[in-house]
Amino acid sequence: MRLLADRLGHRYGTTEVLRDIRIAIGEGEIVCIVGPSGCGKSTFLRMLGGLEQASTGQVLLEGEPPAGSLNPITYIFQDFALLPWRSVEGNIRLVLEDHRLGAAAMRRIVDDVLERTRLAEFRAALPRQLSGGMKQRVAIARALAVRPAVMLMDEPLSALDSQTRELLMDDLVELWTRERFSACYVTHNLAEAVRLGHRVHVLSRRPGRIRETVEIDMPLAERAERAAELEAMQRHIWLIMREEARAADRELADAR
Amino acid sequence: MHDDAPRAAGAGVRPVPFRGGGFRPQTNTYVSLAVFAGLILLWEGGSRAGLISPIALPAPSQVIVALADLVRTGMLWKNLSVSLMRLGVGWVLGSILGIVVGLLIGLFTIARAALLQLTSALFAVPKIALLPLFIVWFGIGESSKIATILFGTFFPTVIATYSGVDNVDRNLIRMAQSFGLSWGSIVRKIILPGALPAILSGLRISSAIAIVLLVAAEMIGAQFGIGAYILQAGSLFAIDQLIAGVTILAVLGLFISWAIGRAERHFLDWRS
Repeated sequence: MRLLADRLGHRYGTTEVLRDIRIAIGEGEIVCIVGPSGCGKSTFLRMLGGLEQASTGQVLLEGEPPAGSLNPITYIFQDFALLPWRSVEGNIRLVLEDHRLGAAAMRRIVDDVLERTRLAEFRAALPRQLSGGMKQRVAIARALAVRPAVMLMDEPLSALDSQTRELLMDDLVELWTRERFSACYVTHNLAEAVRLGHRVHVLSRRPGRIRETVEIDMPLAERAERAAELEAMQRHIWLIMREEARAADRELADAR
Repeated sequence: MHDDAPRAAGAGVRPVPFRGGGFRPQTNTYVSLAVFAGLILLWEGGSRAGLISPIALPAPSQVIVALADLVRTGMLWKNLSVSLMRLGVGWVLGSILGIVVGLLIGLFTIARAALLQLTSALFAVPKIALLPLFIVWFGIGESSKIATILFGTFFPTVIATYSGVDNVDRNLIRMAQSFGLSWGSIVRKIILPGALPAILSGLRISSAIAIVLLVAAEMIGAQFGIGAYILQAGSLFAIDQLIAGVTILAVLGLFISWAIGRAERHFLDWRS
């Protein structure tokens, strides 16, 4: 299944936030969107998953989701969005309960995703007992539970400290190597983009347009060792972005 | 060599003074009990020494005698049972209706447009002023007193509930929508538990309002009940009985507050 954005544009009132965005997320691809703050990255991601309606253009699905997918387009949020009153297991069950799977099937899925994200021993813990990194792992387990065809990740590592971020990036690479999920990964962190993206779209400041697209055809698993090459790539993207970021930084935030 | 750090005694070397303390008040059961006991002892001592006139304020020991009398004659239970019935029925019905209407206002534009201003207007009306009206509508019996308590607790519960719903983390709702949860599931599993802290603190406030209205309603038109007992004691200048009645109300208030505290600890243990 492919997810396509076809000339998406959006405005809030008189402020245009996005213009003419065209991207395609193919099977097993991680597409990164980077851009200065306020360029409409998160708005774009919300429109991709049907949480917000675009003013112009449309989001299209091509092909059928894989059999057994309960929620083909699934989000991972920056603030984790775990229910604080439910345990780790309860948070995963939350997204399965509406599907009437039966107790045994539900238990099998929960056991499976807890195993895959190495969370089995935290099953009964409440979110307040977990570190930020563990919370995001729970959110990833919850997303895996509904067998998504495309994951939409909205700055998933931005609320974490840099060490935890490194660990989780390794986890994501390992997960992708095993499962070849497809994803649209929005971030302002260029190091994450070049570590995880098969393709990086650089957005301009508001109204966000695609300034440039950078293809990175280095296997994900090798990237941790080939840091120097990535560094060069990251520098190239930063040079494209720098003027945009500088100008965006000087804009009034609430100029809606 | 870097061994010059922890050698305190040298000339001009002194510790940085600590200035981060205070501003963290804590509760202490012993202090609370000691203050209670100290006040009562002072009062008893003052009465025995003749500093406090028994006509103005009888000694605690006399109040205890009056309480014991109440228990012995069975009047305690007779008065307390009718009061508890009025309080319980009025408060429970008022709270249930308040939570339902508060949810409606929190969830639906039409309900909010229709009911929010009405609620704010009626919230400010002292419900005891409506008791004569309720007596005309429902008669002098139990219904008019229950209705007063019901109305008095209904409005604060509505306001607590809808503001609790308003304050539920929108990101959690968006998350639920992104996973395709049904509307009913979102209300039951996200909005209700998310609003529960606000609802419980609303119940705490409405319980105090309920006791105030109970006594007021019983003073206006009741044969039995703690309020009627206090009024009767007052008109007979039986100050010891009056204080005994007030003591019962204070204990009732303490008990309800304790019960709500227990409920909060049970239902809200997920809060950090």
